[in-house]
Amino acid sequence: MIVVENIKKSFTEQSVLKGISAEFYPGQCNLVIGTSGAGKTVFLKCLVGLHKPDSGNILYSDRKFNALKAKEQKKLRQEMGMLFQGNALFDSMSVEENIRFPLDMFTSKTEDEKRSRVEECLQKVNLTGAGKKYPGEISGGMMKRVGIARAIVMEPKYLFCDEPNSGLDPKTALVIDELIRELTIENNITTVINTHDMNSVMGIGDKVTFLHKGLKHWEGSKGDILSSNNKELTDFIFASDFLKQLRNKANL
Amino acid sequence: MYARETFRQTHDIGIGSLPIIAIISTFLGAVTAVQFAKQFLDMTLPLPMSLIGYIVRDSLILELVPTIGSLMLAGKVGSNISSELGSMRVTEQIDALEIMGVNTKAYLIMPKILGALIIVPLLFASAIILGMVGGFLAGYFGDFFSWEEYKSGLQDSFTSYYMVIFLLKCYVFSFIVTSVSCYQGYYVKGGALEIGAASTRAVVNSSIMIIVTNFLIAFLFL
Ligand SMILES: Nc1ncnc2c1ncn2[C@@H]1O[C@H](COP(=O)(O)OP(=O)(O)OP(=O)(O)O)[C@@H](O)[C@H]1O
Ligand SMILES: [Mg+2]
Repeated sequence: MIVVENIKKSFTEQSVLKGISAEFYPGQCNLVIGTSGAGKTVFLKCLVGLHKPDSGNILYSDRKFNALKAKEQKKLRQEMGMLFQGNALFDSMSVEENIRFPLDMFTSKTEDEKRSRVEECLQKVNLTGAGKKYPGEISGGMMKRVGIARAIVMEPKYLFCDEPNSGLDPKTALVIDELIRELTIENNITTVINTHDMNSVMGIGDKVTFLHKGLKHWEGSKGDILSSNNKELTDFIFASDFLKQLRNKANL
Repeated sequence: MYARETFRQTHDIGIGSLPIIAIISTFLGAVTAVQFAKQFLDMTLPLPMSLIGYIVRDSLILELVPTIGSLMLAGKVGSNISSELGSMRVTEQIDALEIMGVNTKAYLIMPKILGALIIVPLLFASAIILGMVGGFLAGYFGDFFSWEEYKSGLQDSFTSYYMVIFLLKCYVFSFIVTSVSCYQGYYVKGGALEIGAASTRAVVNSSIMIIVTNFLIAFLFL
């Protein structure tokens, strides 16, 4: 479980996060939503320690991230997996090498154990046979799946996904969402997902946190969204007239 | 993993720069031989052509190979390193390593510096030999001197301290090239445009530092 206590983050001329608290539970897809520029990526990067929050705490199962010694931080990091908005695959390595990189780096597994673990991960993301290809040679959807495979190869307790289905067609997006949800439930992972895709929200939004103007504006499950009267939230979710009409009809 | 990465860098820097360094050093030796031979002929004072071997050898060891070779490395290896690290930075590959718990400075920078320190002295040592060969070929086919003359010059009064200076330059210059370009690449902010700017800075800054340090070494140690 991850507990976020009142984190603030500003850049030179702009305060992006103005005091956000939240709790994310294991075995759930915790979605963070908000308009483009709302600070979702900054929030996620604060969680994983890529940005240092100006104030506030982040607790990973009662371990305060920024109070940990370097060695303990490193250990905690090995319990995290992250899928980046732009994939961040190592382009000098093949798909297989990308996935096995953390194993090479941090485990003393034998060659055979590593190979079978990589194979297992490739299977999970439905990429068997693509292991020898390079990131430059595969499609965007495949890259996402490689990113996911690399993120889960160390069996993380915490999984972070920054817009896992941006740039994908709706059908592939659903496949990726389902994959993340399956992995989350199967391995009881605490998963935090940034998105502004409404299909994801309605599909896998076990818990939804809505960021607006640097604050947590609303929080609830996907079921609560339909009945919510929070104006900013409904404006954001039901952005088009078409959806607004649908909602009005549903609420009649 | 660190050992493997260091080996890879050693290989990349060494093999990658071998052709250009080989071409350059051969021609440097050739030019030096021809130029001095012409000057010798122009002089009224008679100078033995065997002197050419001596001059070519020591100029290659002391100045031509380590300094010009390092400037070439700044252009080739330096820009390579900084654009590689720069693109890893902007495509968040460095962040991805960081998240995994990898010490990115140690993993990305140390092997490059170490790899250069290991391979550059060897690379430049072979360059000296090629330069001496180039000097001979130019002088021989230009009808300036015979093999015996050249050889006696090459073997004449060898100052082993010059090898110390040569090694010192190899280590200092390859450290400058790799560390400056790693720094420029690692701290890139922004996008593709900045990667290009950073690799230009890497080449320019390390070249200037090489030239200045070269003078300091000559001033202090010769
Ligand atoms: N390194 C940085 N330096 C300065 N400002 C930044 C930095 N990173 C983000 N910002 C600013 O923080 C704000 C939030 O950015 P962020 O990337 O978190 O948005 P987002 O919600 O992820 O948007 P999107 O949905 O488009 O990815 C933006 O206004 C951005 O300009
Ligand atoms: Mg973002």
